[in-house]
Amino acid sequence: MSVDAPARDLVRVRGLTIRYGDTAALSDVSLSIREHEIFGIIGPAGSGKTSFLRALNRMDEFTPAMTVDGAVEFDGKNVRDWRNAYALRSRIGVVFPLPVGLPMTIYDNVALSPRLRGIRRRSELDEIVERCLTRAALWDEVKDRLDSLGSLLSGGQQQRLTIARALSQEPQLLLLDEFSIAVDPVTTMRIEDVLKELKQEVTIVLVTNLVQQARRLADRTAFFLMGEFVELAETEQLFTGEVADPRTRDYVEGRFG
Amino acid sequence: MPGSRPHAEIDRRNADWYVDKLVQVTVFVSGVSAILFIIGIFVFVTIEGVGFIANTLDFGEFFGSPAWRPTSETKPTYGALALIVGTASVTGLAMLVAVPFSLGAAIFIGEFATGKVRETLKVLVELLAAIPSVVWGFIGLSIMNPLIIDVFNVPVGLSILNSGIILGLMAAPIMTTIAEDALKAVPDTYREAAEAMGATRWQVIFRVVLPAAKNGLVAAVLLGVGRGFGETMAVLMASGHSVNLPTSVFDSVRALTATIAAELGETAQGSDHYAALFTLGIFLFAITFLINLAADVVVRGIRKGK
Ligand SMILES: Nc1ncnc2c1ncn2[C@@H]1O[C@H](COP(=O)(O)OP(=O)(O)O)[C@@H](O)[C@H]1O
Ligand SMILES: [Mg+2]
Repeated sequence: MSVDAPARDLVRVRGLTIRYGDTAALSDVSLSIREHEIFGIIGPAGSGKTSFLRALNRMDEFTPAMTVDGAVEFDGKNVRDWRNAYALRSRIGVVFPLPVGLPMTIYDNVALSPRLRGIRRRSELDEIVERCLTRAALWDEVKDRLDSLGSLLSGGQQQRLTIARALSQEPQLLLLDEFSIAVDPVTTMRIEDVLKELKQEVTIVLVTNLVQQARRLADRTAFFLMGEFVELAETEQLFTGEVADPRTRDYVEGRFG
Repeated sequence: MPGSRPHAEIDRRNADWYVDKLVQVTVFVSGVSAILFIIGIFVFVTIEGVGFIANTLDFGEFFGSPAWRPTSETKPTYGALALIVGTASVTGLAMLVAVPFSLGAAIFIGEFATGKVRETLKVLVELLAAIPSVVWGFIGLSIMNPLIIDVFNVPVGLSILNSGIILGLMAAPIMTTIAEDALKAVPDTYREAAEAMGATRWQVIFRVVLPAAKNGLVAAVLLGVGRGFGETMAVLMASGHSVNLPTSVFDSVRALTATIAAELGETAQGSDHYAALFTLGIFLFAITFLINLAADVVVRGIRKGK
């Protein structure tokens, strides 16, 4: 990748407001997410980070009370205009805070999305499963027991399985929501290394409750505070005090939240 | 840490201690007595039949002959084959009716219906489950019977078809309830994870929810089968109650249970006929026990799997 090629915006958000019933969870967010960047989002609990992610792939449709106003563009097209929400979602991988190993074998967990796409050939599936598990740094630990239940793995392994499953979608965008909340520090570091690698192929939105994690990984970081989009800057700027809003400095320095 | 307490206080048998012991003993006694009752029933049924089984019963005849003539003056025969086939065919047809019905209803209630619709349907299903079997038998006799005669142009409407449908409708509500419980036990996080991957509603249901609920669904079906084998009154009324090896679903048959219910009152206690009916009872007992055991093993599988 050439350094000075202008990065394309994969996601453009304009005037995004998210409400639950009458209460706004996030107000008037406008920002863009560039292709192949790790886009960090920090902010205390209840700031609207998860709600933001849900608006990106139209997961709001699972929550009747949730309404989304404003425009979310993915790959140049408003997500509301994708007639097929399933096709949209299949291009966006999601990793939830608590790992969700589906109650099927490790192999089937990773093969599920390719199968949904219609891939049936065993050799092709084998290849995808091995590649995705390898990229999620889990292959060596599970290659001898692909036929055992995914839900029997440890928390850290399940979270990597979830990442492998998301990768099996061959997504353009990967959304990670506080992935390390139920993962031990060593596994967290391994996953962080994985993410740095993945950046080459996929754009990543990293919501994190650990500001240092954003510092380690994110190219740019946005700060959400109780429903308000406070600011967005190069990550290094935020952490060296070059902030537009003093609340950002207070938060990254751990003075509240 | 608070200061260590004197040992006397730890050893004291205060009111809480006695209440606790009392609860323990009560629970133990009720648990054991339930088991004792079941064993008692089994022993009673077995004793009534065991002498007959040992001395008179010809197993080849019992399982191989359709001739159930316990009241014959010249030579009574005790062939239960027609009764076994009768029960099995009615139950089999009932499951053909009940399984798609109840699974469909459970999927609709559990996965699609929301709010008022869902609550109404659940109440309705429970209401259906509460209809007494004699009422179902009545429906079989007075509605299904003429309907079958008309529609299929057959001489009798009391048949496998009639009683199978009736029994299927009877078993469906309870199977729906259990199947819906099994679907409800599948965590929403599974559905959400699959939907976030771009799976459609049907893909989520068929690839994630149903496999995850598999054991509970199998248990629901097995309990329905048990219900079918054990049902008496509705089958007695809707099956035609004639000893007959059926060749089509329009034939009348007789069920094991119905035979016991219809004949037991007319036999002399201790007679061969009386004991033969108890033998049917032992056989039924063994079958339902096996079915319940199978259901139990399957349900146990659920817990171990997680
Ligand atoms: N399903 C929901 N129904 C109602 N309110 C919700 C729901 N989900 C989130 N909220 C509210 O929206 C706000 C933002 O929540 P969320 O997006 O989960 O924040 P974060 O992920 O930053 O902790 C919170 O005040 C939360 O209570
Ligand atoms: Mg959150």
